[in-house]
Amino acid sequence: MHVAHLSLTDFRSYDAVELALEPGAAAFVGPNGQGKTNLVEALGYVATQSSHRVATDGPLVRQGAARAVVRSVVVRDDRRALVELEINPGRANRARLNRSPVSRPRDVIGLLRTVLFAPEDLALVKGDPAERRRFLDDLLVARAPRFAGVRADYDRVLKQRGALLRTAAQARRGGRSPARSGRRAESEAAFAAAGAGDVLSTLEVWDAHLARHGAELLAARLELVEALRPLVAASYAALAPGSVPVDLEYRGTLSTGSAGSGGSAESAGPAGPAAPAGPAAPAEPAAPAAVHAPDRAALEEGLRAGLLEVRAAELERGVTLVGPHRDDLFLGLGELPARGYASHGESWSFALALRLAAYDLLRADGGDPVLILDDVFAELDAQRRRRLAELVAPAEQVLITAAVPDDVPAELAGARFDVAEGSVTRVR
Amino acid sequence: MYEGVVQNLIDELGMLPGVGPKSAQRIAFHLLAAEPADVKRLAHALLEVKEKVRFCRVCGNVAAEEECRICRDARRDPHVICVVEESKDVVAIEKTREFRGRYHVLGGAISPIDGVGPDDLRIRELMTRLADGRVTELIIATDPNLEGEATATYLARLVKPMGLKVTRLASGLPVGGDLEYADEVTLGRAFEGRRLLDV
Ligand SMILES: Nc1ncnc2c1ncn2[C@@H]1O[C@H](COP(=O)(O)OP(=O)(O)OP(=O)(O)O)[C@@H](O)[C@H]1O
Ligand SMILES: [Mg+2]
Ligand SMILES: [Zn+2]
Repeated sequence: MHVAHLSLTDFRSYDAVELALEPGAAAFVGPNGQGKTNLVEALGYVATQSSHRVATDGPLVRQGAARAVVRSVVVRDDRRALVELEINPGRANRARLNRSPVSRPRDVIGLLRTVLFAPEDLALVKGDPAERRRFLDDLLVARAPRFAGVRADYDRVLKQRGALLRTAAQARRGGRSPARSGRRAESEAAFAAAGAGDVLSTLEVWDAHLARHGAELLAARLELVEALRPLVAASYAALAPGSVPVDLEYRGTLSTGSAGSGGSAESAGPAGPAAPAGPAAPAEPAAPAAVHAPDRAALEEGLRAGLLEVRAAELERGVTLVGPHRDDLFLGLGELPARGYASHGESWSFALALRLAAYDLLRADGGDPVLILDDVFAELDAQRRRRLAELVAPAEQVLITAAVPDDVPAELAGARFDVAEGSVTRVR
Repeated sequence: MYEGVVQNLIDELGMLPGVGPKSAQRIAFHLLAAEPADVKRLAHALLEVKEKVRFCRVCGNVAAEEECRICRDARRDPHVICVVEESKDVVAIEKTREFRGRYHVLGGAISPIDGVGPDDLRIRELMTRLADGRVTELIIATDPNLEGEATATYLARLVKPMGLKVTRLASGLPVGGDLEYADEVTLGRAFEGRRLLDV
């Protein structure tokens, strides 16, 4: 697929810009701070409805404006779709597809698929587990947009359950029994006999929902990691020939090694907040063996059991301690973890390999995603530059940003736009 | 900021659901320009609804008397109770003409974020209604969103020992939405295809 047109209104530094694009490579070149990344960030937003730079939508709206509008024409197999997004920070966004409003903006996620490489990707290797969870979940959504709903549901369960745990924790600290949560103290026989109104009885309900939604997310992540493993290894080997092999492993609060039946899944019973990914914890959940066919029912059962095990600690601290929101994607470089051990260049190669693997996977699903390379070539040595350029050159459309023309590899010579002070001019 | 009484009106209007500060201002100025008789009628309607309308002591639906129209209707099947979140859901379901039983209005759904637990809903009253064993089926028609589902699970577990049939509206309702937004045909079909809730 490719983007044929991009139009921005009050997005970032742009009050208005119209951009005609075509298949092939295009480079956006200009000095720092001129708005190159802003352009490709807008395309990333069309694809995922989130920015690769900021967690909230506020900064995306031009200073002083009330809302931003991003319009793009996406062409896939000769079919054109006009996707329009109105970004309203603090309120619900709105979306239109071919000029008709859609009921939920998330219904247009996935019409454009992008893989975006950016300097921020280094955090995939060096950053917190949250970065890697986001990588996995974004990719799940890109492959199957319904996962946007799965993810939103899981987040919502977490919030609700968290609120309940905090109430219970407060009641404990306040010296009151957490047993009753309501306003009324008297109780009819049937009500009391059933133990209703008890914090624990509602907690069980949220446990069930957390386990159900969490298992769906977890199963999908496990499957995804299995699909990514060979692709990441191959991409890394192509970027850095002769280097030690790399590997991925999903590490969870729930041991997935025994995805057998009947509650046999043992919980890792986390003792602290930090999921140990570093060398200090070689005894991490007995190196869960590769799980090939994650059984959702078994995962659900395991999550339920895991929650029961940590209940006392949860009621003490008021947070949910088991579930995919606490998991990590372990990146191994030879015998060592990449995080904390890999050199700067190795970290970069690993991050690129993850993105390239995502690209391979999306492409295999059908519909060549648009590749976006924001300022990455400047960070790489000559060899990695050339190899990356070769790897991405066959894509239907590659958009590149660079501060100087020399940072655009010859393999990716194509259209060129100069970006200066909020205006974009085609020069080649 | 406007003169005291005008600002007062804007503030009051702004507290209504779905009315932001801009709309509140627009409504306020509309009222200022309106005929006194029209404004009186509105004011009267507001007061009257508060004086005359109350909640049915049996089911919690809005009612003009002690008991609502549906609870007083002897032709309605006393063996089936449909549990909904709000009175407006009763209206939506009545429109489908699929249901001839009785209702129970909870007054919301379980939502710890909003500080709403089972004790804040009319669950106690429901249990009292079920106590005599006359009801054989409980249809849980809470909204098809997370909080509605959680409330359904909670209720199903609560009444399980009573051995009655507990059903949930069939899927096909727009997920994440409010029951009241489902069109009549979809809602009617969801009623027909309701499934046993197994917890
Ligand atoms: N919401 C906003 N309103 C107005 N201006 C903004 C907004 N957000 C960012 N900017 C401006 O946009 C510019 C940054 O643009 P961008 O990140 O696209 O630069 P760039 O061309 O990619 O630069 P570099 O080469 O350094 O990466 C900054 O000058 C910043 O002040
Ligand atoms: Mg930039
Ligand atoms: Zn009634």
